[in-house]
Amino acid sequence: MFNIIVCAKQVPDTNEIKINPETGSLIRDGVPSILNPDDANALEEALKVKDTDPDNIHVTVVSMGPPQAQDMLFECIAMGADEAVLLSDRAVGGSDTWATSNAITAVIKKLPFDMIFSGRQAIDGDTAQVGPQIAEKLDLPLVTYVQKFEIASDKKSVKVERQLEDGYEVIEAPIPCMLTCTKELNTPRYMNMAGIFNPDKKITVWSAKDVEVDLTTVGLKASPTNVFRSFTPKPKGKGTMLSGDTEKDVAQKLVGSLKKKHVI
Amino acid sequence: MNFQLTKEQEFVRKMVREFAETEVEPLAADIDKEHRFPVETVEKMAKYGLMGIPFPTEYGGAGGDNISYAITVEELARVCASTAVIVSAHTSLCCWPIYKYGTEEQKRKYLPDLLSGKKLGAFGLTEPNAGTDASGQQTRAELDGDEWVINGAKCFITNGGFADVFIVMAMTDKSQGNHGISAFIVEKTDPGFSVGKTEDKMGICASSTTELIFQNMRIPKDRLIGGLGKGFKVAMSTLDGGRIGIASQALGIAQGALDVTIEYMKQRKQFGKKLSQFQALTFVVADLATKIEAARLLVYKAAYNETAGLPYGVNAAMAKLFAAETAMEVTTKCVQLHGGYGYTKDYPVERMMRDAKITEIYEGTSEVQRMVIASNVIGK
Repeated sequence: MFNIIVCAKQVPDTNEIKINPETGSLIRDGVPSILNPDDANALEEALKVKDTDPDNIHVTVVSMGPPQAQDMLFECIAMGADEAVLLSDRAVGGSDTWATSNAITAVIKKLPFDMIFSGRQAIDGDTAQVGPQIAEKLDLPLVTYVQKFEIASDKKSVKVERQLEDGYEVIEAPIPCMLTCTKELNTPRYMNMAGIFNPDKKITVWSAKDVEVDLTTVGLKASPTNVFRSFTPKPKGKGTMLSGDTEKDVAQKLVGSLKKKHVI
Repeated sequence: MNFQLTKEQEFVRKMVREFAETEVEPLAADIDKEHRFPVETVEKMAKYGLMGIPFPTEYGGAGGDNISYAITVEELARVCASTAVIVSAHTSLCCWPIYKYGTEEQKRKYLPDLLSGKKLGAFGLTEPNAGTDASGQQTRAELDGDEWVINGAKCFITNGGFADVFIVMAMTDKSQGNHGISAFIVEKTDPGFSVGKTEDKMGICASSTTELIFQNMRIPKDRLIGGLGKGFKVAMSTLDGGRIGIASQALGIAQGALDVTIEYMKQRKQFGKKLSQFQALTFVVADLATKIEAARLLVYKAAYNETAGLPYGVNAAMAKLFAAETAMEVTTKCVQLHGGYGYTKDYPVERMMRDAKITEIYEGTSEVQRMVIASNVIGK
């Protein structure tokens, strides 16, 4: 059996979220929780590998969060994952990225794996740190920002494109390894009816005790970083609208103002 | 008493809504205009298991329940009523009678391909002179050795031009009246079978509505389904369930029209105010939303009863009657709320109003539903 682990997080849908301007905190009431979008790309890539040999490839989704995160894991299984494990314990609540990766690493160490996929980053924190930290703690080769993925037919190595700001690198890595995935990698599939109604949906909930994690390395108190303040950036002004009788007039005004600012 | 959807039903809504908004809605206006059956959408629906929801996995179904099926049709109809009726006619009118009345051999032969969406199903009862009065069947089936020979024609057949498998009613003994009607499984490749003219309709223009013609069509003896002379019972019980599908379609059309209208009212300004700030108009919306919710409760109740094994015929009739008339009222008022723009094809409410009308007519007109309900509550 070739075992793939996908790290996924349940996040508030930031398209629907607002920030209380007085307190600076997120207004989470009534905001739907969703599977973090980059993690959906990670799961899709794992499922594409599984599609090539469904009986011999096993996909397990791993997450940490409150019991409600099981809804997100239900969705992952309805998309085609074989099973899911949720670490849910007050002892790991309030963890920052370092503490989170300690906890997730402890979960992964209990599971068989050949490859680990995660999303590039979560839309609620935008840190992009947990994936790389897990790779470091498991001493695995890591490629971040994967935008294209190929696995060798002998499943001994992978060849990926790693996204850069103005291009990409082609990187080969041996298996086992860890990849963090971007939205450019694929389009996640929908859930399917057979998956939704599958009576054997296997979601296992573990406590901190179950994963033998050192409790001094997880949770709020063990977290070296704290959110000091969050705030809403002030919206930018409207900008200047240029007008003129002809397109040429407008273009000249634009060139003039760009010159004034030494842009051109 | 519990009005909470199950986890599975909630995820069905989430999945189908995403699917409908991404894959179905972008095509809706074009396929309506071109009167084009969306083959590509049917393939996608098959891939995600939408063509066999309320059937057991042992025959290739998804193992779901009838509320999930109703939600699926509702969510599809919310953006495209034509796409919704493809699923409804296939599921309720072809897969269901085979599942309910088929022999084990018939189920094993037909259901896996139908429920996986590899094949599409349809249902042939209506004839030019046998609509609401289904007993006036002129299509005849006669046994000739080991084969049935069928002659006649059907009209207004949903999915007609694209279906592979049909449940067809034909008279096997005219002297017996309704008890002389039998049901048959017909395949599009059967010798003597052909598809006649395609109807040019007011609405659900992307749905294929055709005649079916049987000219000395010969089919094996074992295609009889439900027993000799049991066709009327097969047809009527099939339509009981079919009404839940059409009621769901009507519900979805109404909800879709109201959703786009509310969006419009929040944008459109007259007299310096948004339409959504005029109390007279918001009261119209309040009434429509209330009727839609009432329709939803009737539809889900009928679907619940079916899954629970309780009687559901009269619930289905009430659900279809109320949801269809609600759809017509909601879409008409939504066009009104859009003003002149609502009368143009630039806004979807124009299509939705045309689509809504059929829900008061097919699978039993509103008059038939009232007959079913009245005979149930008053007695015959």
